[in-house]
Amino acid sequence: MPMLDRVARSLLLTEIVSGMALTLGQFFKPKATINYPHERSPLSARFKGEHALRRYPNGEERCIACKLCEAICPAQAITIEAEPRDDGSRRTTRYDIDMTKCIYCGMCEEACPVDAIVEGPNLEFATETREELLYDKAKLLANGDRWEAMLAARLELDAPYR
Amino acid sequence: MIAAAAFYLFAAVLIASAVMVVTSRNPVHSVLFLILAFFNAAALFLLAGAEFLAMILVIVYVGAVAVLFLFVVMMLDVDFSALREGFQRYAPVGGAVGLVLFAELVFVFGSWSFADDVGGLRLNPTPEGVDNTRAIGRILYTDHVWLFQLSGLILLVAMIGAIVLTLRGRPASKRQDIGAQVARSGSVNLRQVRPGAGLGEIGIERPPVEAPKPVKQVEHHGHDHGGHH
Amino acid sequence: MEAFLATPVGILALTVAQAMALLVPLLIGVAYLTWAERKILGAMQMRKGPNVVGPFGLLQPFADALKMLMKETIIPSGASRALFLMAPMITFMLAMLAWAVIPVNDGWAIADINVGILYLFAISSLGVYGIIIAGWASNSKYAFLGALRSAAQMVSYEVSMGFVIVTVLLCVGSLNLTEIVRAQSTVWFIIPLFPMFVIMFISALAETNRAPFDLPEGESELVAGFFVEYSSMSFALFFLGEYANMILMSALITILFLGGWLPPMAMEPFTWIPGPVWFILKICFCLFVFVWVRATFPRYRYDQLMRLGWKVFLPFSLVWLIITAAALKIFGWLPAVG
Repeated sequence: MPMLDRVARSLLLTEIVSGMALTLGQFFKPKATINYPHERSPLSARFKGEHALRRYPNGEERCIACKLCEAICPAQAITIEAEPRDDGSRRTTRYDIDMTKCIYCGMCEEACPVDAIVEGPNLEFATETREELLYDKAKLLANGDRWEAMLAARLELDAPYR
Repeated sequence: MIAAAAFYLFAAVLIASAVMVVTSRNPVHSVLFLILAFFNAAALFLLAGAEFLAMILVIVYVGAVAVLFLFVVMMLDVDFSALREGFQRYAPVGGAVGLVLFAELVFVFGSWSFADDVGGLRLNPTPEGVDNTRAIGRILYTDHVWLFQLSGLILLVAMIGAIVLTLRGRPASKRQDIGAQVARSGSVNLRQVRPGAGLGEIGIERPPVEAPKPVKQVEHHGHDHGGHH
Repeated sequence: MEAFLATPVGILALTVAQAMALLVPLLIGVAYLTWAERKILGAMQMRKGPNVVGPFGLLQPFADALKMLMKETIIPSGASRALFLMAPMITFMLAMLAWAVIPVNDGWAIADINVGILYLFAISSLGVYGIIIAGWASNSKYAFLGALRSAAQMVSYEVSMGFVIVTVLLCVGSLNLTEIVRAQSTVWFIIPLFPMFVIMFISALAETNRAPFDLPEGESELVAGFFVEYSSMSFALFFLGEYANMILMSALITILFLGGWLPPMAMEPFTWIPGPVWFILKICFCLFVFVWVRATFPRYRYDQLMRLGWKVFLPFSLVWLIITAAALKIFGWLPAVG
């Protein structure tokens, strides 16, 4: 009897029909994808995207050239040179991040005592040449100015957990 | 007028491609020209009003037989320089054989004679009132049914012979039995397992042990009483 | 006008006009079949499919065509140049050629010939040449293996397809496609001959190298199979040929089993819709199933494909052919043959 059952099942193509019923069911279900450039899925506050150097509200840059980020960076992507400024405060003269080396681990922002270097929510910074990915201080500060509102909100959301 | 022009066109291409079959260097090109020749022959059948034959020619010869030819010829690794080797040495013998064949052909065509009414029958392949499909069917399956069956039988014997000659039984090879695979359900189970359940809870699943197959005993015809083996 | 149409020039002009009237919608249909396939596949995989170019992505086929046209035609250095360029043309031409005999409505065929079904069968069996020549002329191992696979596959499945066609012919008593459709005015052949319909459909999948029988282009092992080396328009011709063949096979199935241009029932609401619309609807249904099957099943293994063709379909269709013939004879249902 099980033999007969099996033969009948295979001749009536039950498995093929049930497989096709499954795909037809999916056909009418709502789609799982979104129209990416026009619609976006939500990002976590801890998303680690493009780097930025932040400033204080009075326009003074936060970075004090302590070089903790440079020291902790596992990919050794950060290069910092520093000198005392004319007013005696210690500031960087060079702050480079090689974005082709960076592994986006977020250790630099963990290490930073003044929340100067942060990784922002921007994930669309593809470039046409490799050289454009070697970020210097001006580029990082510009990033900070551009994303400051979101960077601040992000830090605030993440603050209870740090 | 158009029919005559078409006839001469197809006939010319047919002969030209037939010549190319023999003369072209590359065997694959030869087969392709052969296919072109088949096509033109089919077109000639069409012109003569035998559309059934034309279609069957295309289906059987072009669609199946020539594909297999092409299949084999494409896989040949022809070394053209090796083919040329010894051309000079064999040329006289080959030339002599060709000459004999040519002489035979001349004799045959020289003594070729046509029946008186052949001119009238030439483009009338079917009798009045019957389409040519039915006419072929009547001849093959009614008038000459035994001969037809006999030729079919001969082909069947040839096919079985070819299979018997080339089929090597390999007892050591393992074969896939799809039916048995699909039918097997006891050895592979899908189970809903509680998250975090360990082996202690589920146990180790093993396929059911099949009874060992009885080892085939070598039969001893009439020697059972013999003492030494 | 009547007098002009009787002259040779008039006949030629009329035929060309008829061919254009058939081929232009066909090519647009092919273009939109590629779009529909991507949409259906997307929906079945819970994606959206193309939806950026034009409303609902409706201009996508033209964007693709434009992209293809802009690309460079590359001929591999070891390739047999003439054959390499000929192969896609053969594929495309054969796919177009077969449409000459397809009756879209009662009497709406460009050439309503006596042996229409044989002509269709012959043309579809020639489709293998485009592929096999492409594979050989490319001088590439992947292309060659793809060509060999497709040659063996198409020849194998043609056999059972032939038996299916013979079964239908037994019930009709004519090789003419219009007659075949007319014979289904009482009941479509899909109902009495349902097993043959299934075999025909699966063989049509194999014949057009569609999933799950798309081994000739099996990308997981042969990169792209027989058209690895093709680019630009020569690739596009293969692509168009494949989709035109799909439409052709759907038309053949429609004519043989789904009653061609006939409405489902000869009743009031159904007969309002004209025949060609029914014909197109039925073709669309078949094409939907083609794509549906592609979305559902994984690719066959090659030996299983051969096993299915020779050991399952061939005996099954042969037995069903004999059963049909016996039933027709015993119950006296044999069609009256003039």
